[in-house]
Amino acid sequence: MPVAVFFGCAFIAFGPALALFVFTIAREPLRVIILIAGAFFWLLSLLLSSLVWFIAVKASNPENVSLQKGLLIFGAVFSVVLQEVFRFAYYRLLRKANEGLAAISEENLSPISVQQMAYVAGLGFGIMSGAFSMINILSDSLGPGTVGIYGDSQYYFITSAFMTMAMTLLHTFWGVVFFDGCEKRRWWVIAAVAALHLLVSGLSFLNPSYEGSLPPAYVIMVLMAAWAFFSSGGSLQTLTQVWMCKKNGVDSS
Amino acid sequence: MVVVVATIKSVSFYTQNDGQQLIYTPFREDTETVGQRALNSILNAAIMISVIVVMTLVLVLLYKYRCYKVIHGWLFISSLLLLFFFSFIYLGEVFKTYNVAMDYFTLAVIIWNFGVVGMICIHWKGPLRLQQAYLIMISALMALVFIKYLPEWTSWLILAVISVYDLLAVLCPKGPLRILVETAQERNEPIFPALIYSCKFLELSTASPGQQSEDDGGFTSAWVGQQQQQLGNLQSTEESRREVQQMPSARGVKLGLGDFIFYSMLVGKASATASGDWNTTLACFVAILIGLCLTLLLLAIFKKALPALPISITFGLVFYFATDNLVRPFMDQLALHQFYI
Repeated sequence: MPVAVFFGCAFIAFGPALALFVFTIAREPLRVIILIAGAFFWLLSLLLSSLVWFIAVKASNPENVSLQKGLLIFGAVFSVVLQEVFRFAYYRLLRKANEGLAAISEENLSPISVQQMAYVAGLGFGIMSGAFSMINILSDSLGPGTVGIYGDSQYYFITSAFMTMAMTLLHTFWGVVFFDGCEKRRWWVIAAVAALHLLVSGLSFLNPSYEGSLPPAYVIMVLMAAWAFFSSGGSLQTLTQVWMCKKNGVDSS
Repeated sequence: MVVVVATIKSVSFYTQNDGQQLIYTPFREDTETVGQRALNSILNAAIMISVIVVMTLVLVLLYKYRCYKVIHGWLFISSLLLLFFFSFIYLGEVFKTYNVAMDYFTLAVIIWNFGVVGMICIHWKGPLRLQQAYLIMISALMALVFIKYLPEWTSWLILAVISVYDLLAVLCPKGPLRILVETAQERNEPIFPALIYSCKFLELSTASPGQQSEDDGGFTSAWVGQQQQQLGNLQSTEESRREVQQMPSARGVKLGLGDFIFYSMLVGKASATASGDWNTTLACFVAILIGLCLTLLLLAIFKKALPALPISITFGLVFYFATDNLVRPFMDQLALHQFYI
């Protein structure tokens, strides 16, 4: 049974990300590098924010439970803000790298576009964020144990898995929208992405009353998916074209 | 790195402290005081590093004075030891962990085949993928041996010192590794395949001129003529071969096996000893990969032999200690309350 939980939660949490990786990123070495570098930037932001949290905790009274919880919330909020800052920093780095790539290529065209880089960078952030949230939980789910024996929720593993999947995809969409906003110099987009990230993270503070955190997170995810789709050039026309092409292909073959 | 982490996590032999240590690290670390432990680990690291330095100097001297037979014999014996003896121990431990019954005859056949194919692939000719796979396996085995038999503080110190040594050995004008690479380039020979992992396959061997005309490889001459018109000369001439062999980086990147071993050792040590388990391992993994990317970037800019250890090991060590001490409590607390960031 634990093995079933392990595989189930692993595939729920990492299935979409793995599929995206295998089908769109694995064959292109440049995209793999951008993915890993994105993961690295997320890791850096986490490192700095946990340093700040650690200092705050060490400087405070460890017995005071509500203070510790407050410090944790502060740490989480600071981490979100820092993640967005690092996303911006990564955007600047990728722009520079893009110019360099265009300069050394033959036709002065970069082999990868900004939108592709935005998608890969967002996925990198998402995969790393999901991995750090979920991997220890997954490895614990294999071992012997009872869920919620002290009165906590029974649904710990599965809700963690769903939330991780939502966060991974959300990071991907935020990456696309964020880079697009930076490209077009629309600063309200950046502020909106940061605000939404804070909102989703803040909703998770309502756990373990999962009705407050999971459904809104999924609603926001669907909205972000639509926003990312439209901002990267998709439209209702292209959507219908995809359907029509599929139908045409079936008919004519 | 994945092989090493998988083994460390599943086979407990490699994380058990048997109390045995290699003869290279005679000082024990289970001492009374922290100061004593620090001193012992420094001494251990110093002995290990001096052994490595001496061996490198001996290898470079042998290469310089063209004692190829001695070098070949040495590499032959060490890869023999790794492929047969260490993999025998490894297999034994894996079988013990999973409680698989195995008789000696089957085991002997398996090890014999594995070892002989490995020796042929590494020292003679073989498909590139197979050669790469074998080099990875022996690096992983070596890293596992280090992880088991080197005490904790000693191994971190060794990692730090060896990246400094790598930096000096490759970049200083009198550094042994630099002398090795330059001598190999002067004599236009590839460095021994048993020491290097290469990513691309174009080994242009100097074929005798008589053979080339008969072997058309199944292509009709009309097609070849058309291709030659479009793409330029297909068959390699003497000039193009010499030119290509002089370009160090254009024909595939080469990474020393020692680099593999130390990367794997760092990640393996992280997964063995970190209390934060998978997060620390993952962080070290990403850090090492990024260090490697940066090193390759510098290689593309500077176009000469560069040490692969310093940047990666520095990132790896920084991230290991930072993740284990700072990020782990933070993530544990977040997971406890199920907060997401």
